[in-house]
Amino acid sequence: MSTSKTGSDSGSVKVSASADELEVLQSSVAAALTRHAYGEHALFAIRLAIEEAVMNAIRHGNLSDPAKTVEARWSVGADSAAFHIIDEGEGFDPGAVPDPTLDENLEIPSGRGLMLIRAYMSEVRHHGMGNHLEMIFRREAAA
Amino acid sequence: MASETSRLRFSSQGSVLLVEFADRDVLDEVAIRQINSELVRQIEAAKTAHVLVCFRGVEHLSSSALGTLITVNSLVKKRGGQLRLSNIKGTILEVFRITKLDRLFQIHDSSEQALAAFPKG
Repeated sequence: MSTSKTGSDSGSVKVSASADELEVLQSSVAAALTRHAYGEHALFAIRLAIEEAVMNAIRHGNLSDPAKTVEARWSVGADSAAFHIIDEGEGFDPGAVPDPTLDENLEIPSGRGLMLIRAYMSEVRHHGMGNHLEMIFRREAAA
Repeated sequence: MASETSRLRFSSQGSVLLVEFADRDVLDEVAIRQINSELVRQIEAAKTAHVLVCFRGVEHLSSSALGTLITVNSLVKKRGGQLRLSNIKGTILEVFRITKLDRLFQIHDSSEQALAAFPKG
């Protein structure tokens, strides 16, 4: 992955349970996307997916344990952007997450993060026990 | 009479409690927890049961913010009122559509339209 003069097109950030490092991650990714002239909708989609993925990893993966961190790796290219969000938890079965859009689940306040990630990203894969999420945003898929 | 917190602005519009956001991003967990507790406190203290949440100026929101709106909707309904939402930017409206929460919430283009839709009296 190439690196521009004004910033990096890839990087990694360790995010603690307080999520204090999340804004640095978001700003770095947004700067790289802007350098590659990604549109407003792409920036919105990627910001939301990163937010949901990292917060899910902190809450449901690391169970908000302050001794654990979430590793967020990212790379932005001309045609696509890839993200790896890895927590130190025991993983989960993504197929077992209830569908929050069913009528009986519509008034449950939580459980929408993963579906938003799937809706906004071009590809979503779970590696290992489910504690490693890979998300790819392809530019041609952007609305 | 309006009161102000760091995250939200509250004012009375006839029989409706109007809520507006001070921040353009409603993403941060700490901020959302603060918004949640402030909303619940203000709604429980309000003389009227109806609530309008105006999203003017809001650029981003997360699923946690949606969760707060669902909690507020339940509280407002329990108090015999209606919750209506207005001025939601297109990109955020898409989040409501993806999650099908546009079926749960009554969403209006403008706060004027929303205020006119509340029951009179």
